[in-house]
Amino acid sequence: MSEIPQSLFWILIFPGFLFTVVLGLVASWIVRKTSALVQWRVGPPLYQPFVDVMKLMGKEILIPQDAQRTVFLAAPIVGLAGVLLLSTMLWRITIDPTRPFVGDIIVAIYLMVLPSLALILGSSASASPHAAVGASREMKLVMSYELPLVLAFVVVIIKTGGQISLAAIAGHVPVFSVSGILAFLVALLCVQAKLGFVPFDIAESDTEVASGVIIEYSGALLAIWKIMQAMMLVALPLFLVMVFLGGFGTAGWPLVWGIGKYVLVLVLLILIKNTNPRLRIDQAMKFFWGYCGLTLAIAVILAAMGNFYHIGWL
Amino acid sequence: MNWKIWSLKKSPWVFHVNAGACNNCDIEIVDLLTPKFDVERFGIKLVGSPRQADALLVTGVGTRQAAKRLQEVYRQTPKPCVVFAIGACACGTGIFSNGYHVVGPVDRIIKEIDPNAIIAYVPGCPPKPEAMISGVVKALSAL
Repeated sequence: MSEIPQSLFWILIFPGFLFTVVLGLVASWIVRKTSALVQWRVGPPLYQPFVDVMKLMGKEILIPQDAQRTVFLAAPIVGLAGVLLLSTMLWRITIDPTRPFVGDIIVAIYLMVLPSLALILGSSASASPHAAVGASREMKLVMSYELPLVLAFVVVIIKTGGQISLAAIAGHVPVFSVSGILAFLVALLCVQAKLGFVPFDIAESDTEVASGVIIEYSGALLAIWKIMQAMMLVALPLFLVMVFLGGFGTAGWPLVWGIGKYVLVLVLLILIKNTNPRLRIDQAMKFFWGYCGLTLAIAVILAAMGNFYHIGWL
Repeated sequence: MNWKIWSLKKSPWVFHVNAGACNNCDIEIVDLLTPKFDVERFGIKLVGSPRQADALLVTGVGTRQAAKRLQEVYRQTPKPCVVFAIGACACGTGIFSNGYHVVGPVDRIIKEIDPNAIIAYVPGCPPKPEAMISGVVKALSAL
């Protein structure tokens, strides 16, 4: 009977909701502070993301007159649930890799789509023309980056000899090979798009569609979106670390290494964010399907050849 | 202190409304958001939608056309919120007073729909970005 309170503790406190939210808000502070330093500014204090969420919790919630109320209210919670499950799963596998089945790479890919789907649903339900433009852009963006992302994971699955369990994949370091590094770079760009960071912030660009997909959200509902984005800032780089860079340890040097890898991925994301202008949606689509698709086709062939002829570095 | 007010002071997100300004105050507001003044230090952020805003930066005299829109934007802003009348025109219609198209100043337009609205005034033609920061700080410490 102690199974249920134990699972609830995992999901709600550690390593699920509370832990990931705190970590995510700190990560979002790092993003803002680093962007400020790049622009020769001082930047916000450490508690800024926490205060932002707190303030939004205390504000009035406005629901547009023509909105589809149920979907409008449920969408942020669906998105949060998806990313919460994803982060809990990843942390559980990290902490206890010998546990029989927590989830594999396919479950993770499904859960990673959920926040984007929730954003599309919520913004379509809000009856705002700006949100409709944002939703259509988000939809196209999801369609463009999902294919390269899945292909990048296919490369990893080939490299690891057909493993789909995350615990088994985390034992390999596929990035130390030609196909692995190509797949890692493309997956990094896909994660950039998933997080809505600058070259791919097409769906919520402030200057064009006035924060697009989340334009009609206010108060606590907006706070849930912010928390969701903060948690994705933990879960998605963590997922990349587990799949490509050999995962996290739980104690001693492997833990320090793990944190180093996470910070490396985060810094790469921030640098891409700060040195690029926003793309148009057609440019993003061409980029993901054309260049990234081609790169990954080569990577898949290289990985398969390397597997067949037993050449490790391919 | 009330946690809602405290957190509001620490992270005021602003939305910029032009109610018939000559664009001069707007340029100064855009100046305010440049890296030189770095208002993100105080948690101030420009947002794209009044639904996410805590403060409205209103410029301009409040023309007949703009007044209705200004009231609509004010209704769309979740409360508690603060209205900043930026510039001489917004504070007291300035050189356009008695114009055929003027129904302002801004405070009168806002108070038509909400008599208890919190309104702060930053005079000047246009006010300097420093004056705006000082105005925001004074208004927030009076909350």
